[in-house]
Amino acid sequence: MTTKVAIAVVGSGPGGLSAAARAAEVGVSHVLLEQTAAHSNTIQKYQKGKHVMAEPNILPLRSPMRFEAGTREKILGEWAEGLTEHKVNIRYGAEVVGISGAKGDFHLKLQDGSEVLAENVILGIGLQGNPRRLGVPGDGLPCVQYTLDDPDEYKDEVIVVVGAGDAAIENAVALAKQNTVYLVNRSGEFSRCKDGNLALILKTIEAGKVTCLYSTQCASLTETPGTVFSLASATAFSIGERPYLLALNTAAGDMQLPCNRIIARLGATPPRKFVESCGIKFPSNDPSSLPVLSTSYESNVPGIYVIGALGGYPLIKQAMNQGYEVVEFIRGNPVAPADEPLLAAKFAGIPGYRSVTETLQAMQQRIPLFTEVNPLMFRELLLGSTIHVLKPDAVVFKRNDYTNSFYTIFNGGVDIQIDDNNPAKRIPLLIGQFFGEMGLLSGRRRTATVLAGKDCVLIETPRRDALKLLSSVDAARAVLDQTFIVRAIQSGFAPQAKTADLLPIAAKSKLNRYKAGQVVFSEGDEADALHLVRSGSLAILHVVGSREIVTSYVAAGNYVGEMGLMGNTRRSATVRATVVTETISLDADAFAELLQKNPALRSELEDTVRQRIASNTRLQGQDNAGALISFLLKQGLGEATDVLLIDETLCVGCDNCERACAATHGGTSRLDRAAGPTFANVHVPTSCRHCEDPHCMKDCPPDAIRRSPNGEVFVGDNCIGCGNCERNCPYGVIQLAGPPPEQPSLASWLMFGSQKENVFGEVQGLGRKHHHHDHGHGAPKAMKKAVKCDMCKGQDGGPACVRACPTGAALRVSPEEFVTFVQQEASRF
Amino acid sequence: MHESMLDYAQRRYLKIAIALCALSIVAYAWHDPLSPPNGGTWLGYTLGGIGAALILWLTALGVRKRSYSSALGTLRGWTSAHVYLGLALIVVATLHTGFQFGWNLHTLCYVLMLFVIGSGIFGVIVYLRYPQAMSANRAGTKPDVLLEEINDLDQRSLRVANEMPRRFGDVLRANREGTRVGGSTRAILGGLDFSTINLPAAGGSQAVPNPEQAALLDWLGAELARSTDGELTKRIGDLLSVVATRRNQLRRLRRDAQIRGWLEIWLYVHVPVTLALIGTLIAHVVSVFLYW
Ligand SMILES: Cc1cc2nc3c(=O)[nH]c(=O)nc-3n(C[C@H](O)[C@H](O)[C@H](O)COP(=O)(O)OP(=O)(O)OC[C@H]3O[C@@H](n4cnc5c(N)ncnc54)[C@H](O)[C@@H]3O)c2cc1C
Ligand code: HEM
Ligand code: SF4
Ligand code: SF4
Repeated sequence: MTTKVAIAVVGSGPGGLSAAARAAEVGVSHVLLEQTAAHSNTIQKYQKGKHVMAEPNILPLRSPMRFEAGTREKILGEWAEGLTEHKVNIRYGAEVVGISGAKGDFHLKLQDGSEVLAENVILGIGLQGNPRRLGVPGDGLPCVQYTLDDPDEYKDEVIVVVGAGDAAIENAVALAKQNTVYLVNRSGEFSRCKDGNLALILKTIEAGKVTCLYSTQCASLTETPGTVFSLASATAFSIGERPYLLALNTAAGDMQLPCNRIIARLGATPPRKFVESCGIKFPSNDPSSLPVLSTSYESNVPGIYVIGALGGYPLIKQAMNQGYEVVEFIRGNPVAPADEPLLAAKFAGIPGYRSVTETLQAMQQRIPLFTEVNPLMFRELLLGSTIHVLKPDAVVFKRNDYTNSFYTIFNGGVDIQIDDNNPAKRIPLLIGQFFGEMGLLSGRRRTATVLAGKDCVLIETPRRDALKLLSSVDAARAVLDQTFIVRAIQSGFAPQAKTADLLPIAAKSKLNRYKAGQVVFSEGDEADALHLVRSGSLAILHVVGSREIVTSYVAAGNYVGEMGLMGNTRRSATVRATVVTETISLDADAFAELLQKNPALRSELEDTVRQRIASNTRLQGQDNAGALISFLLKQGLGEATDVLLIDETLCVGCDNCERACAATHGGTSRLDRAAGPTFANVHVPTSCRHCEDPHCMKDCPPDAIRRSPNGEVFVGDNCIGCGNCERNCPYGVIQLAGPPPEQPSLASWLMFGSQKENVFGEVQGLGRKHHHHDHGHGAPKAMKKAVKCDMCKGQDGGPACVRACPTGAALRVSPEEFVTFVQQEASRF
Repeated sequence: MHESMLDYAQRRYLKIAIALCALSIVAYAWHDPLSPPNGGTWLGYTLGGIGAALILWLTALGVRKRSYSSALGTLRGWTSAHVYLGLALIVVATLHTGFQFGWNLHTLCYVLMLFVIGSGIFGVIVYLRYPQAMSANRAGTKPDVLLEEINDLDQRSLRVANEMPRRFGDVLRANREGTRVGGSTRAILGGLDFSTINLPAAGGSQAVPNPEQAALLDWLGAELARSTDGELTKRIGDLLSVVATRRNQLRRLRRDAQIRGWLEIWLYVHVPVTLALIGTLIAHVVSVFLYW
């Protein structure tokens, strides 16, 4: 029987380490339980030599452990020293699988069956989760691994990679260079990977470099007993060379595969299930929602505290500070959080400011949207937000600016100018209300200009923090959705109507969510509703014979299906979502009510109908237009706000566009002209689409990816190089790049073409390969940061690529110009 | 949106160039100097000044092309103006000479200028014609993909050859060694195939030319004719089809290099001759003022 400790810390990441070290420092009995064989597994898994950043820079560190920006090795070394120095009681290989009991008497069950008793528990298990195990007899053998650091480490081995996602594919391809690789895919195809990886693996398999076993499952793993004779693998192995034997169930029957190593890339089980099994509640089913915590990081189970990434704080320094603070809280020694001075500085300018706590409370009282939010999360929200104290008539934002934030009114009010031609026409919003939700929910441009009123104090919350709030607080989400619908109807159909009058109509309308490719309605269906596209976009198509011909495309902010409600009762075309899309649908009843409110609406809609019919027939006349639209939509134009296209009938391949990009961006081109697909003379180079709702922004720990008012999506200096954005971008346009290559000498600058190889130096024999895009340039991995197109924001004259193209081949197209562009191009091939 | 450099801004610079030419011609026709027309009259000086300024400005395109952060117009606008005003230079400079040619520095300067202009005209023609041809030849893929495909084809044929008598593998490896795409400027621009292959011959092997994989296809054909073993015959058939595909891909690759070669080669004349032109132009101006 073990003795009971005051604090059991689960997980030795930066959060857990710091907590345990603080407990050790002040002599509180404790144990630190780590499931792996080394501390800080998440950081151990970073790439070798990675430069770890200490964001946010302004936040002071509060921990007995040292931490400042440096290489992974240095930081891990310092923490190891810290563990010894403070005599932290750490237990390795101690995976906690269950927690029961109550404050003062918790029982922590470990994987090996033993138990640890503790009065309090600190959960710092991060978000990485546990890699899914092979789950077959023998998966504990040392030849099974769940990660791959350096594929070049292995040579001449037989390696079995299990899995069909991006990680499995990338590993298999990388290993195939020096090894015999089998890829075990449970299903008959690859459906869970990026398009680029799909093409890559199919090609590698076809070339015979990787053998893919489809519809196959692992059955068991054993160490090779003496001699093996394997017919199935049809490869002659000398005994002892392949020390393990993997039994597989394939579609064709059972098979035995002698091998050296098994790399299972089956994804990770998110820690949520484990956390819930401890009794901790999550406010919603949204996978990104976070557990509810008090200001002392205590969960709804008294005595269990949650810190670090698991609690929604995705950076190392935050986790370490919380580790320190939480121990102080448990010791009954309330400390002001380390971020207190930051908040104080933020609030100092507010007229009548007294203290951080009071201000936070006042905000939650005055702003209904925030009332339900738990105080800890609210604090975090404010840390990310900016406070604006504005003079009357100061511009908050302008119509058509792009959005990355959401505003709430803490004091005074604002005026919304809905009509540019009539600036006097204003809708007032008052204390406690919010605005900017349109952009937040749809990633669209601002629909109106907003001016400050009297005594105006605003809270501007960046997109990411606002979305975090919405995913965790259902009530806030509901309020926002409702308001969005009312305002969308108001600005789209009834600018004259009063908000209150529209409420009943809004109540009748529905919010619909479609997956990419999902049908909204089909040709011939009964027309029952009109759809206003809130985010994403729709393709309109006709089915001719067995073919689908796309005839038009509807961007967010526009509507479809109005023809049906105007008299035609059957749908005249099929409408399909091009990307994840949300629409607001109004049924016939609601629509009739709207017509009553705005008699001019009918003729407005008739106009739209007429225009759409005209454009449809024009495109239908052009056989290729539909095919071109389909192609471009597949390349992400359905969610693009600005995309670089190359007209191949004009491009001479001089690559001046790329050179211009490199020259204006510290030496690394963010554009790969030659890469990317081509259809009918239109080439889509590998370059950012500046998506409406950028995938890359979703998961950036320091919130370094931002969107400027003009719409450019760019990476800020505080990027920590974690690679999440690179993985999240479906178009492969983000690279992690080191410092740029050396500039060419003056002489080679003058000798044209010498900055990049030209055709005369390039093709000779087959031995030489195209080494066009060596973006890394041999730079140490340490300094890599995400780089991507920022549309030359901040430079005069617009994007350098377009400005530097001598022939007019490089063009940038926005959704508004999309259809015109297609018409023009289609008429030429 | 599709607008070539010639169509830029509704051909604004074409109009300017025509106006410049017309003005020069009218002035030349009206002007009635005492001596026969030459560079030394007031009109001669004016035209000479305009011509020299034009040449310097035309040369400045090379600088503008590399001033990537310059917001001074777009490169397309510059190139459009460059082409039209460069052509106008023919008229301006010719009138400046007053048709007084001789074996001297001045005429050399003029001839060099014509060379630059001639190469420029050639450049515009290839810029307008070849991109489309290149795009059509590539048919959606690109050279590095083609190269990889060829590599894959080779791997595939070598795997087939593994199951065959040794000479097949040897010949295929020799073919890989001997395959050439481009190589010399002549080969690139002519789209010529200087590939060779080592084929088994009496008492060893012998290198023979293998354009369009012809020698290899021949050799395989002969093996096929000679083969009596059904399995082997089938494999040779497989090899033949792989090699034929390989030939087609190589052809496309060569055509691609050829087009890209032509798109680039003229600049190797245009720019160095420009530099020579600037040199002689300076000499021309200096000598005129010194020895006048
Ligand atoms: C590639 C990459 C680069 C990054 N770069 C930076 C950077 O430069 N700067 C920065 O500030 N942040 C960076 N981050 C974010 C940072 O790593 C995390 O915010 C931080 O690690 C979170 O710390 P944590 O203590 O909450 O959890 P983690 O560090 O995830 O630690 C959790 C620990 O708990 C253990 N564990 C899990 N479950 C159990 C269990 N049931 N029983 C026992 N132990 C368990 C794990 O093995 C692990 O050791 C990066 C993240 C990634 C993925
Ligand atoms: C004396 C007259 C001319 C001079 C001095 C001159 C000079 C130059 C120079 C220095 C460049 C830059 C090349 C580079 O850096 O890559 C250039 C490019 C070019 N010139 Fe001329 N030029 C002249 C006339 C012409 C004429 C008459 C034409 C066409 C009819 C022409 C067509 C071009 C074109 C198409 C380019 C290429 C632009 C590019 O690819 O970036 N030039 N010229
Ligand atoms: S980087 Fe990728 S996800 Fe982000 S905006 Fe650009 S194309 Fe979209
Ligand atoms: S600058 Fe223009 S012509 Fe040159 S490679 Fe880029 S798109 Fe093609």
